[in-house]
Amino acid sequence: MNKTIIALSLAGLISAAVPAAAQESDTPQPPRLKWSFSGPFGKYDEAQLQRGFKVYREVCANCHSIEMLSFRNLSDPGGLGFSDAQVVAVAAEYKVKDIDDLGNPVERAGRPADHFPAPFANELAAKAQFGVAPPDMSTLAKARTYERGFPWFLFDMITQYQEQGPDYIAALLKGYEEAPKDFQLPPNGNYNKFFPGHNIAMPPPLQAGQVTFDDGSPQTLEQYAKDVAAFMVWAAEPHMVARKRIGFQVMIFLIVLAGLLYFSKKKVWSGVH
Amino acid sequence: MSGPSIYQPQSKVLQWLEKRLPIGGLIHSSFIAYPTPRNLNYWWTFGGILSFMLGVQIITGIVLTMHYTPQVDLAFKSVETIMRDVNYGWLLRYVHANGAAMFFLAVYIHMFRGIYYGSYKEPREVLWILGVIIYLLMMSTGFMGYVLVWGQMSFWAATVITNLFSAIPGIGEPIVSWLWGGYAVGNPTLNRFFSLHYLLPFVIAGVVVLHVWALHVTGQNNPTGVEPKSDKDTLPFTPYATVKDAFFMACYCIVFAWFVFYIPNFLGHADNYIPANPAVTPTHIVPEWYYLPFYAILRAIPDKLLGVLALGGSIVILAFLPWLDTSPVRSARYRPLFRQFFWLFVIVCVGLGWLGSKPPEGIYVILARIFTVYYFAFFIIILPLLGIFEKTKPLPNSISESVLGAKA
Repeated sequence: MNKTIIALSLAGLISAAVPAAAQESDTPQPPRLKWSFSGPFGKYDEAQLQRGFKVYREVCANCHSIEMLSFRNLSDPGGLGFSDAQVVAVAAEYKVKDIDDLGNPVERAGRPADHFPAPFANELAAKAQFGVAPPDMSTLAKARTYERGFPWFLFDMITQYQEQGPDYIAALLKGYEEAPKDFQLPPNGNYNKFFPGHNIAMPPPLQAGQVTFDDGSPQTLEQYAKDVAAFMVWAAEPHMVARKRIGFQVMIFLIVLAGLLYFSKKKVWSGVH
Repeated sequence: MSGPSIYQPQSKVLQWLEKRLPIGGLIHSSFIAYPTPRNLNYWWTFGGILSFMLGVQIITGIVLTMHYTPQVDLAFKSVETIMRDVNYGWLLRYVHANGAAMFFLAVYIHMFRGIYYGSYKEPREVLWILGVIIYLLMMSTGFMGYVLVWGQMSFWAATVITNLFSAIPGIGEPIVSWLWGGYAVGNPTLNRFFSLHYLLPFVIAGVVVLHVWALHVTGQNNPTGVEPKSDKDTLPFTPYATVKDAFFMACYCIVFAWFVFYIPNFLGHADNYIPANPAVTPTHIVPEWYYLPFYAILRAIPDKLLGVLALGGSIVILAFLPWLDTSPVRSARYRPLFRQFFWLFVIVCVGLGWLGSKPPEGIYVILARIFTVYYFAFFIIILPLLGIFEKTKPLPNSISESVLGAKA
């Protein structure tokens, strides 16, 4: 009887979940891409981050700030792998607002310790063009996701699939389409099949050939979208490589410790049972 | 080896101290000679795991406080600064955030174990009620800690939860303004939540001391639910329980580390990486997973006041468990009917958790209502009646008979 109750209630749950999930929305799930940083030994691909950074600088940065990031982060280990000299050079290309010794507002060349300056002076100025302030990109790769649903989210715990953010972002950047005839798209709106509700304020940001890659990578929308999504993951989680490396060491330590304690327990209890 | 022993310090210094403050004797009788039933299974290791988790949360929390700024314009940024620029700040924060989840996971296992083996029954009622108080304190501490991040979900969770008090007729609205320190969730709210989030863990630690004290007065329950009758039924805490606890704690840490190092944001919500914005409401406001069953109960009831009462009642009812369960037999091992209703109760709790994460519409509401009815019926109808009608299996004469007799 016990098992029957369990089986019945589980069957009830699942049969209830299936139609509900199907009618939830007409937004397709973003395709799963291969990322160098996925899995327990994942690392960022330096060249990819550098390409993504180039896309960010030349395209995204016109509207999106990335204010948690400093120029010095470009040379952080496990990231883009810039040299100190390169960081100084990149920083110097930016103008940063400051105050001089006499208290007058000035604009000076950026230094490695400066944060990336925002493209707009304030939120209202950012809002003026598209009606919505373009979100800051520092944590965006962790702030965007899509619903995996039951039972997939349970498997994700084991498979460590946590690249929903970049998968969604890469899909979104390629997801612009002509709106279907029966879709009421407001003026200045853009139709994107991956965006919840489909009406996105951001116009299609990337076109093939728009950014020049020096490493011979294809200059396609596909490649741009993937590279900038990878760059955004790094910007949101700059210590990920160290985290996974230390995690592996901790795991080995804990497994050995648990093993030793298991045998100690067996020994201590051997005379009792 | 078994049974309590009298503590006699070896060194002169400790002998000197013992005459003036018998703290060595207290530790010795509590954690070394303390007799534990010899048949405790691994479900009994969660008490130790919980103490460990409280320690982890307090230590990481104190260090995080050194870097955190409780101010609405700076809170989110200071958390991100911890993640980026504080040495091993990402580790501290991920341990603390996932540590809260692991703390709750352990407390739920601990509570279900208590219900399964009837650990709340005479003479352990006070022990159980102290546990319910710890759980309530944990819930408020966890909630306020989640708000401190000051992301979108922090802000809106704070708004929704504090707004529950507005359901109280007449004085609801003034109470909510009083809680907020203003007319909306804002800087005063964040500041007081920070203050209380720092205070409450120490209150928890205090109640934990009482909980352990009460435990050491009555002694532990055990899988048979039969009280130890002779020295044969017990083993000294050290080394038997210590080594067993230590082993399972290491196993628990492996799961903990899996979350911290490999999927640190799995249990969180993506929206909490968006800075709090009072002008934009997220599509679905959901609490952390450990509150979801109660959130489902709240939303299952169409009337706001009744919903809030049901939410509160679903937790408060736990404190009355020792008197709602009328059966003289403790352990579910000897209660065949109770065992089935218990597992159904577990399924209902997990199911409510899943429903709490779903939008309150269609089939989800209907299921949530059915599950809510069962949740309360379990306490109010099933447990009192089972004590009268259930035919229990014969109990073993003693713990040692159940352990050693089966083997012989």
